[in-house]
Amino acid sequence: MSDHAQEPLLEIRNLRIEATAYAPGEKPKDIVIVDDVSLSLERGKVMGLIGESGAGKSTIGLSALSYGRGGIRLSGGEIRLNGREIRTAGPGTLRNLRGREVTYVAQSAAAAFNPAKKLMEQVTEATLKHGVMSKEDAEKRAVELFRTLSLPDPEHFGDRYPHQVSGGQLQRAMTALALCPKPDLVIFDEPTTALDVTTQIDVLAAIKTAIAETGVAALYITHDLAVVAQVSDEIMVLRHGKMVEHGTVQQIIEAPREEYTRALISVRSIEHEEKKPTPEPLLRVEGVSARYGSMTKDVLSNISVELHAGQTLALVGESGSGKSTMARVITGLLPPRTGNITFDGKPLPPALKQRSREELRQLQMIYQMADVAMNPRQTVATIIGRPLEFYFGLRGRKRDERVQELLDAIELGKGFADRYPAELSGGQKQRVCIARALAANPKLIICDEVTSALDPLVADGILKLLLDLQKREGVAYLFITHDIATVRAIADSIAVMYQGRVQRYGTKSEVLTPPFDDYTDLLLSSVPEMKLGWLESVLDHRKMTSAGN
Amino acid sequence: MRGIPISALLGLIITAAFFIAAILAPWIAPYGMSEIVGDIWEPASDQFLLGTDNLGRDLLTRMIYGGRTTIFVASMATAVSFCTGAILGFTAAVYGGWVDQAMSRFNDLIMSIPTLIFALVVLSVMPVTLPILILVMGLLDSTRVFRLSRAVAVDINVMDFVEAARLRGEGQRWVIFREILPNALSPLVAELGLRFIFAILFISTLSFLGLGIQPPNADWGGIVKENREGIVYGISAALMPAIAIVTLSISVNLVADWALNRTTSLKGGRGV
Repeated sequence: MSDHAQEPLLEIRNLRIEATAYAPGEKPKDIVIVDDVSLSLERGKVMGLIGESGAGKSTIGLSALSYGRGGIRLSGGEIRLNGREIRTAGPGTLRNLRGREVTYVAQSAAAAFNPAKKLMEQVTEATLKHGVMSKEDAEKRAVELFRTLSLPDPEHFGDRYPHQVSGGQLQRAMTALALCPKPDLVIFDEPTTALDVTTQIDVLAAIKTAIAETGVAALYITHDLAVVAQVSDEIMVLRHGKMVEHGTVQQIIEAPREEYTRALISVRSIEHEEKKPTPEPLLRVEGVSARYGSMTKDVLSNISVELHAGQTLALVGESGSGKSTMARVITGLLPPRTGNITFDGKPLPPALKQRSREELRQLQMIYQMADVAMNPRQTVATIIGRPLEFYFGLRGRKRDERVQELLDAIELGKGFADRYPAELSGGQKQRVCIARALAANPKLIICDEVTSALDPLVADGILKLLLDLQKREGVAYLFITHDIATVRAIADSIAVMYQGRVQRYGTKSEVLTPPFDDYTDLLLSSVPEMKLGWLESVLDHRKMTSAGN
Repeated sequence: MRGIPISALLGLIITAAFFIAAILAPWIAPYGMSEIVGDIWEPASDQFLLGTDNLGRDLLTRMIYGGRTTIFVASMATAVSFCTGAILGFTAAVYGGWVDQAMSRFNDLIMSIPTLIFALVVLSVMPVTLPILILVMGLLDSTRVFRLSRAVAVDINVMDFVEAARLRGEGQRWVIFREILPNALSPLVAELGLRFIFAILFISTLSFLGLGIQPPNADWGGIVKENREGIVYGISAALMPAIAIVTLSISVNLVADWALNRTTSLKGGRGV
């Protein structure tokens, strides 16, 4: 213990990570992914690594295992773990280290577990392989960890297969897997990103408790500053593979020094004044129920909402609540079983095939994953130009001019028209999708989770663009999302959905003002807030209310 | 055309040489196709570069004319099989439901009969002319292409951009030719190189069995058939078509590989 007291558990000095890019048509070239990053982590401390995609946070995290994914080279600097250099260590040393001294929790637990083996076998596998403890001890420890992580029925939880537990439980099981061999360091790589907010909070609390009880040190990688603020002691902000800022949680949240950190903190603070409803709604959904194929249960039951011209209705709820099904019903992909949809004063035919071209034009859609929503073999000009050609018969010069106008409207300048989707960034792709929807000159655009695949800052830009376009073009949005912050930023009215029903519906101010029903309360209070101690205060509050019952 | 890798260049040159020789056969070939110019099975000499065949005709001339027929029939048959196979496959995938079921099961039915036997039966009752031969080969081969293109298209058909096109109100033709086809090209190109070679082997087999190209017209399979007895006496004439087929298949596939690389690139195929 005396040696360790002086030396930090993990010390990274001037780390440089490179990879070789084999771009078609060009000579292979080396690109620097991480440049001159240094950090040191004491035993039992948690450091958050934060940044947008491509910032190099996962790459740095994995370097603590002295591992580089797919062709990545740890080309310079020092990585010292427990006082010894591991960057240049041989495979034997690394084999002993990985899964024993340092373990890893991946983002998608569902993809990381072997579906053919029981959880217990997988949770104790590394521990047994490394001979850290006997099978009985390992299983006993696993059960203890299941209990710490508040998994249901900890004694028998390990007997289940991965598909028999929920996503949030699986993520906790992976945390147990990582903690089982009593490692010195755990790397959490976006462990809650793929989860619903209501699930995220439980997993987050479980991870925090487990870290505290086992006294393990951790690197916590995420793009969500509000999340990392709840679990870490220190935060390092990264951008483009370089360190932007490093400090304690309190300093980063309350007194950020760098411009970029300030931008990250003030993200989603768009203020949006809600508009008064007009007398006649643009879209009226009345008593709609729908189900898929031969299912015996409705996915949507008795939904009634209204959307007014030039306004935004947000459909909020966790995955499986029926939000996206709602979009399919309105677009006609899934004709409703019962109920009517009225659009612009006229009944909308239930099935896509019965709708006229004019009706189709009025109602456009923007998807969550912009990269699969565009044909990768068409140029931006074709993608945006096709609706112009199709609905308005624009051709040749006229079409090109209009395409350029639309590109200007989405704040992409010249030179984008001839590009292919693969040559655009994530945010640019989503902008092109917006332009494609706008090209039809619609009255209503359905936005299905359009910002959830984007980095916070980019997502902010998209939201601002959407609001701006609404002001200029008077288009209405049906905005589907699971993110309350986005709703606050954009909605005029809100429908909270839960298990295929509308739980709460009204104008934004009505819905977001207490008293809440139980589900809305759970949903709203689960959204991480950018302040210290938020997690504890929410959990305490919940404990109190459940005790009160 | 800069930046073509050596292998593709080599393949391109050899393939081009084969095709040019096939097209210009009457002008390149040193003798007439069925002209008897020497003794039977004469060894290679300055006069007969590859020797003579079982009737004393110049083997090089026969090979060039044979290549002309073989390559022509194989190309046409491949074209037929790809057009029908791909279009039907995409249609099945796009329409789905019972249309897909009916087409796919019918396809299975045809595929369950060995191709060669099917072809032998059909060709023994039909007059063996070039169009019939091409059609039979092409349609039989299209079952394979159907399977591949259907499988590829089913995956593409559920992508958001296809849904976006449907929501726009596009017809099935646009969906098939503008949304799905460009994205299904890579596996189809890879298959094309392979199927062309299979077509060459297939027509050669048919001719060897006497149901393909009829004498005195030459084709590679026919040359093997005519000269096969020579092998016993150490005459290599029957091996010449084999060498030609191997060379052509390797070079065609080198070209296909390169084309595959280009079509795989999502950045407009401007790459290598």
